[in-house]
Amino acid sequence: MIQFENVCKRYGKATVIDDLSLTVEEGQFVVLIGPSGCGKTTTLKMINRLIEPDKGRIFVNGSDITRVNAVALRRTIGYVIQQIGLFPNMTVGQNISVVPKLLRYTNAQCDEITRSLLQLVDMDYDVYAHKYPSELSGGQQQRIGVLRALAASPPIVLMDEPFGALDPITREALQEEIKKIQRKLKKTIIFVTHDMDEALRLADTIVFMNGGRVVQIASPEEMLRNPKEDIIKNFMGKRISKVDYNSLLAADIMRASVLKVHKTKLTLECVDLMNRRQVNTLLVVDDDERFLGIVTIDDIKKHGRAGKEIGDLVSTETSVIGAGDSAKEAFERLVDSRSGYVVVKHPNDTVAGLITKTSMVKAMAEAMWGEQE
Amino acid sequence: MTFMAKNSGLIINETLNHMRLVGISTLFGLMISVPLGILLSRRRRAAKYVLALVGTVQTIPGLVLLGFAMIVFGIGSKPAIVVLTLYAILPALRNTYTGITEVDPGCIESAKGIGMSNIQTLLKVELPLALPSIVGGLRMSVIYIISWATLAGLVGAGGLGDLIWTGLATYENNFILTGAILAAVMALASGALIGLLQNIMTPRGLKVRR
Repeated sequence: MIQFENVCKRYGKATVIDDLSLTVEEGQFVVLIGPSGCGKTTTLKMINRLIEPDKGRIFVNGSDITRVNAVALRRTIGYVIQQIGLFPNMTVGQNISVVPKLLRYTNAQCDEITRSLLQLVDMDYDVYAHKYPSELSGGQQQRIGVLRALAASPPIVLMDEPFGALDPITREALQEEIKKIQRKLKKTIIFVTHDMDEALRLADTIVFMNGGRVVQIASPEEMLRNPKEDIIKNFMGKRISKVDYNSLLAADIMRASVLKVHKTKLTLECVDLMNRRQVNTLLVVDDDERFLGIVTIDDIKKHGRAGKEIGDLVSTETSVIGAGDSAKEAFERLVDSRSGYVVVKHPNDTVAGLITKTSMVKAMAEAMWGEQE
Repeated sequence: MTFMAKNSGLIINETLNHMRLVGISTLFGLMISVPLGILLSRRRRAAKYVLALVGTVQTIPGLVLLGFAMIVFGIGSKPAIVVLTLYAILPALRNTYTGITEVDPGCIESAKGIGMSNIQTLLKVELPLALPSIVGGLRMSVIYIISWATLAGLVGAGGLGDLIWTGLATYENNFILTGAILAAVMALASGALIGLLQNIMTPRGLKVRR
């Protein structure tokens, strides 16, 4: 339906669109997304020839758009922009029927179109048709902006960050409406945004662009699951569920920095260390860093004597788990353990880390809501 | 009062004459400045220089311009109308230019984007939205040249200036006062009238607010 073939666009030395090839199928809701300056808006505006490419060809319904009169082409493609751009000197009704008027529809036809379109967004004809844009709220204005684009029943509608300037609640309402309208009227919509939430909510297909090139074309589901490059991951941010809960390991939920002491350390040194670091437990290791057991401050109080090696006080009554064991297993051990922590060991018995209730909760939060600041 | 009665024919005649001078030069001024303003709004880089040039012409004292015009066009209405037209151009030109350039770019982009040709964009969007500003310029032009037109008497174009110059030459204060007051009243009245016109011509959508 819409096809880009090796399209390039340069402004001076800057390459805005770099050998872009892209096909948009009929009836699809395609969202172009990417960082600012990635060429998404330029791409959009080349479809209705507000911007002409330097190289390459663009086809709409199989015909090269440079062979069609630009003005005639635009009347068959709806266009909605962020600044809305309703004509303030015309009423709502006149704004909606601008394109039908250009196409020489009769007044009765224009009126009919205005009525049915206003109905589409639940705005009463008698109340709104004769109002001026300045009398409407921002959300209502953009609804009219969308209706104006739809008035001559164009099969394709281009939307350039249409809801970017609206407050979040209005934006969500309009997103829902446009999705509904698209399904109902079976339009092909090309929609530019930099808001990933919006893209995920609306798109059948997301086209991620960067530096004038397409980085990835995928369904929202696919893009969430397999973002192709780091830049997309960054854009997805917290939305990417990189965690498959069942494959989470004990190592994923532990705290790696733990206080380890060699077994030959003397008792008072250990007490001093615990005081300084504000902990009540030490992990005791041998010459090869292998885990021997733990010593708590209570053990030292009860049995400790100054000048003796700490190794003698080691208790082995502690929950231990392998770093490769499942996080679920670790969770169960943690719940069962009296001490409130589980020691994580590498296969060679050296200490990998410690799972405490805090580290567990943190890991769960990350899995659910993404990396926390 | 006897002065008025005695000279009523002359006073009425010169008042009409004054109006004729102002009317014709305003018309010429508009015919030049509005199309030029539209053209300049399409050539914004050139606009800066043209507006500066026209501004410079405006600073030349009217008497000097009138003198030159008299050398070129001789005596009568012609040189006066040429000079007054020059004075009428700037306010109308500047207001046409700014009126059009200040139209919301979003409106123009969507006009183009939904398929208006350049001329349709101009006629349906740009000019209606610039109209209040253009009429504002017209108002300034008219008020300006009503006062400048009093100089026209010097080149034999007639008008209220004739009364003033006669008065000055014969130490007849009544002539001076009559000419000056009538010119002032004419300026105020036409200012008010065009203000009214401006209000009428402002698209309703630009006036109503939520």
